[in-house]
Amino acid sequence: MSHADERYYVPHDSHWPIVGSIGLLFLMVGVSTWLNGADLGFWVMMGGVAVIVTMMIGWFGAVIGESQGGLYNAQVDKSFRMGMFWFIFSEVMFFCAFFGALFYARNMSIPWLGGESNNFFTNLLLWNGYESAWPTNGPGEVGGDFETMGPFGLPLINTAILLTSSVTVTIAHHALIAGQRKILSTFLALTFLLGFIFVYLQAVEYIHAYQDLNLKLTSGIYGSTFFMLTGFHGMHVTIGAIMLFIIWLRVVKGHFTPQSHFGFEAVAWYWHFVDVVWVGLYVFVYWM
Amino acid sequence: MADHGPDKGIKRWLYTTNHKDIGTMYLIFSLVMFFIGGSMALVIRTELMQPGLQFVHPEFFNQMTTMHALIMVFGAVMPAFVGLANWMIPMMIGAPDMALPRMNNWSFWILPVAFGILLSTLFMPGGAPASGWTMYPPLVLQTGDAFPFLIFSVHLMGISSIMGAINIIVTILNMRAPDMWLLKMPMFVWTWLITAYLLIAVMPVLAGAVTMLLTDQFFGTSFFLAAGGGDPVMFQHIFWFFGHPEVYIMILPAFGVVSEIIPTFSRKPLFGHDSMVYAASCIAFLSFIVWAHHMFTVGMPLSGQLFFMFATMLIAVPTGVKIFNWIGTMWRGSLTFETPMLFALAFVFLFTIGGFSGVMLAMVPADIQYHDSYFVVAHFHYVLVPGSIFSLFAAAYYWLPKWTGHMYNETAGKLHFWLSTFFVNLTFFPMHFLGLAGMPRRIPDYSTQFADFNWMASVGAIGFGLSQLIFVYVLLTCKKGAKATDRVWEAPKGLEWTVPSPAPYHTFDTPPVKRVAQEAFE
Amino acid sequence: MMRKLLCSVPGLVWAGAASADYAVNMPKGVTELSAETYEIHMLAFWWCVAIGVVVFGAMLYSLVKHRKSKGVQPADFSHSTMAEVVWTALPCFILLFMAVPAAETMIKLEDSRDPDMSVVVTGYQWRWHYDYQDSDIAFYSSLAESSLKARRLESGIDPYSVENYLLEVDNPLVVPVGAKVRVLLTSNDVLHAWWVPDLAIKKDAIPGIINETWFKADVAGTYRGQCAELCGKDHGYMPVVVEVLEADAYAEWIAGQTADTTGSNE
Ligand code: HEA
Ligand code: HEA
Ligand code: CUA
Ligand SMILES: [Cu+2]
Repeated sequence: MSHADERYYVPHDSHWPIVGSIGLLFLMVGVSTWLNGADLGFWVMMGGVAVIVTMMIGWFGAVIGESQGGLYNAQVDKSFRMGMFWFIFSEVMFFCAFFGALFYARNMSIPWLGGESNNFFTNLLLWNGYESAWPTNGPGEVGGDFETMGPFGLPLINTAILLTSSVTVTIAHHALIAGQRKILSTFLALTFLLGFIFVYLQAVEYIHAYQDLNLKLTSGIYGSTFFMLTGFHGMHVTIGAIMLFIIWLRVVKGHFTPQSHFGFEAVAWYWHFVDVVWVGLYVFVYWM
Repeated sequence: MADHGPDKGIKRWLYTTNHKDIGTMYLIFSLVMFFIGGSMALVIRTELMQPGLQFVHPEFFNQMTTMHALIMVFGAVMPAFVGLANWMIPMMIGAPDMALPRMNNWSFWILPVAFGILLSTLFMPGGAPASGWTMYPPLVLQTGDAFPFLIFSVHLMGISSIMGAINIIVTILNMRAPDMWLLKMPMFVWTWLITAYLLIAVMPVLAGAVTMLLTDQFFGTSFFLAAGGGDPVMFQHIFWFFGHPEVYIMILPAFGVVSEIIPTFSRKPLFGHDSMVYAASCIAFLSFIVWAHHMFTVGMPLSGQLFFMFATMLIAVPTGVKIFNWIGTMWRGSLTFETPMLFALAFVFLFTIGGFSGVMLAMVPADIQYHDSYFVVAHFHYVLVPGSIFSLFAAAYYWLPKWTGHMYNETAGKLHFWLSTFFVNLTFFPMHFLGLAGMPRRIPDYSTQFADFNWMASVGAIGFGLSQLIFVYVLLTCKKGAKATDRVWEAPKGLEWTVPSPAPYHTFDTPPVKRVAQEAFE
Repeated sequence: MMRKLLCSVPGLVWAGAASADYAVNMPKGVTELSAETYEIHMLAFWWCVAIGVVVFGAMLYSLVKHRKSKGVQPADFSHSTMAEVVWTALPCFILLFMAVPAAETMIKLEDSRDPDMSVVVTGYQWRWHYDYQDSDIAFYSSLAESSLKARRLESGIDPYSVENYLLEVDNPLVVPVGAKVRVLLTSNDVLHAWWVPDLAIKKDAIPGIINETWFKADVAGTYRGQCAELCGKDHGYMPVVVEVLEADAYAEWIAGQTADTTGSNE
């Protein structure tokens, strides 16, 4: 059997990865055929999602079981932590691509279309009369007139919600270390509730944008960057909140000790990451 | 589990968490991809053998160019290096396995899915993607049904690489033998550590770029549409922010391999180990600030062009340090020329030639002439084929005895080397002349003035392709070779040579004791 | 075939020096800047040759002299700070020698002010459109009929029998010798790039953006190039031909153009 006492731990074989790959196959083929216009694709995609969800439940379940069974040692714990850290880093880089697009559009392509730098003729011959500005849906006014969301109102409330949730998760963490399970579960519950409220409010915001402001994904570069950035962020909040919820269930079941609680910490880190991205969004998308 | 051997049958490969099994699967997968991508290159070269269109339609030719590159880059070279990392890094640092073995299995098994999807596009209405591996919009948006499949297969490759890279970083940082401090790590481990960081930093950016393509195509966003305030050139910036580090992802592990092999066959320690580490880090850092040298003709402001020119030229300095250190290692050594050493030496020669043309490309006014001509094709095949691919052959010959427990056929190995070296030059050297004389890349047919050198290149390519069959022969007959000793070579350094050949299924159940470690490094 | 094979090997080795029908180097071209570009190319090339001689020389020396089969005992040094400093610093200086002239030429290349005439060049899948800004001349320029027939798969026409196979168009861009021509590039669909090696210019044609470049041809003649950015299936079939005429010939051409119904070309 595996030896928890020695320094190295090597896990059992597992069929979950290959299940995951099959799920990905169905998911990707499904989405693609769906996008190409075949309705069947949707169902293939949903099948893929189902397989992947099953895989995640099974895989994480196995890991949680092993962890609870005391098979892991400090080194495994550290491997998990480092793994999570670098995973989050890769997510940061994914967002960087979209922030990059935003900065490029605002500082390069829009002014150039307006004739700045070496683009005098671009403006004169192709987009005569277009003046660079932000927000904009470009010289072709793609998507028609629109209004922006503005930094106050819902976005500000959402900022407050996310910042608060970062505090509550930290309180929960301290409580976990101090062994105060009651506080832990209360504040953890508060955190994911705040997360879900955030997602709900964002949905309200999107509906408002689409119905009242004519601000859409198709509203030129402004709409593109606005919805892609906030949309991917919202997706991450949703995932994060679901993970917090699962962690909460585990807390209720009595998992985690003050010494060993990688699962909790991983999700907490993830939550902080989501929070930091939001601050960036708030500043660069809504405010400036 | 630490105390029993592999499962039986197919389950062993599907479910395995063993770094050696996974490494083997990576290596075999990449070899298969090399042959598929190579066959596509042969379609290209056969069509280009003579002026006039003889065999394929222009659309199909472009599909071949695109698929050839995607398969070679993401399917052959990158997985091959990950395979080597899987096999060797745990053994070199005294770890029992990779840090996250199940995820390791998943990173591998995503690849067949990704490439299955990509290859299936060849049979779709509208054919495979044909807009070059760089996928520039708006052209890429004219792809037929293959379009979303292309995007998602790139996503999958990205996911696989990121997970692989995370695993490698964690293994190196967390699983080292207790007394192996960082600057004592073997060069191969070092270069892979740096490569893994590059991977985590840039693969997500590529994912972002292709996601924008997807939404521009299907959901009406305007990232790459000037009328909406976007810019087609923006894609190129994001792509090359990924793309340039990507080319170093394909060469840094090669530097590592060569840094292992040259000392062994020079019977001398690696010259300037620490400065090699700094040089590799420097290259990695610089690789993030040179991307726009692929875009000197897009109409960037002058200041941008000058900045990217200077930054690019600077990369020659740390790369030079590496070349000089290898020569310093050989200097006053006691050299022998087994097959791995031959490939490593050819690497140093021919990579340098590719590097020289790289520096020429970096000079903006000249690049305005070179850009998108066969001069560029010559440049990057020199760094990729006798560069990355040769280093992979060198690594395979060097470690095969450790993997299989048997010596490969040295005569066949040498033959493979000499034929490959001759033909690789015959294939790619004339491309410099073609480019300078004005032949653009990515064309299925050309004016008669380019005929002679194209003919040479095509002959070379077929010769080079056939020569690779010798490598397959060597692999297939390896088991029949003489039994390898544990050390295999006369004076290799490193922990991998302290374990039996073939390496047992589980190498280090407990951390190697200090004594062993010291013997291996001092 | 055999003849070609036999030529191949020495052709490779002596390519630079030998046979005239093999174009092996960048053309010097017919503008001041194309000549400068050529100089920069050669400068970089010779520096690389020089560095190559030193690097490969040292390596070959070691390969020949320091072999085990000659009974050499390996030394055991593993670093030398002195050597490392030298071979870090020296390349930096060399690079500076290359970078400075390159930057100077670059600055001139970007200076398209005060042209004598301007042409808007628009890329289409798969032909070019030329629009003279200072007159109402405008026309498309497509691959010439002769090449068009021969280029088909299994056309049965030997490309060698077609003059300027794939490098001939129906209507070339015509400009006067010695005039500074500003080229304003854009595209109607996907990316293209306008490249004429003898004029040493290549610039991308991008939909929605106008890129500027310029040339001033000092010698009359016909200069040929090709589209240099992958633009779909017929990317290989949209050549660029620029005819540079003496002043009087040019005047005659202009007169001819305005006389004929240029509209039929539109
Ligand atoms: C393994 C892959 C690899 C590597 C290592 C490199 C290395 C380099 N590359 Fe290359 N490159 C590619 C793969 C690679 N490249 C690919 C795939 C493309 C085309 C992509 C596409 O368009 O499809 C490309 C294209 C490309 C371009 C764009 C060309 C164009 O499209 O117009 C440029 C321009 O600057 C460039 C430059 C360089 C430079 C300066 C280096 C340097 O790192 C080289 C440094 C090495 C040396 C210089 C030799 C050793 C040094 C010495 C002996 C010291 C002394 C030397 C001097 C002082 C000169 N490369
Ligand atoms: C690691 C990357 C890699 C590798 C290894 C190669 C390997 C080769 N490449 Fe590739 N190539 C690229 C990366 C790579 N290439 C990239 C990035 C591009 C740019 C694409 C673009 O423009 O978008 C490109 C483009 C490219 C072109 C330009 C196409 C164009 O512009 O239209 C050409 C043309 O000759 C070419 C040729 C070759 C050849 C002959 C080989 C050979 O080395 C291949 C040798 C291998 C084999 C031949 C297969 C093995 C043997 C068999 C299958 C046995 C059977 C053999 C016979 C029956 C003869 N490549
Ligand atoms: Cu137009 Cu290529
Ligand atoms: Cu590059």
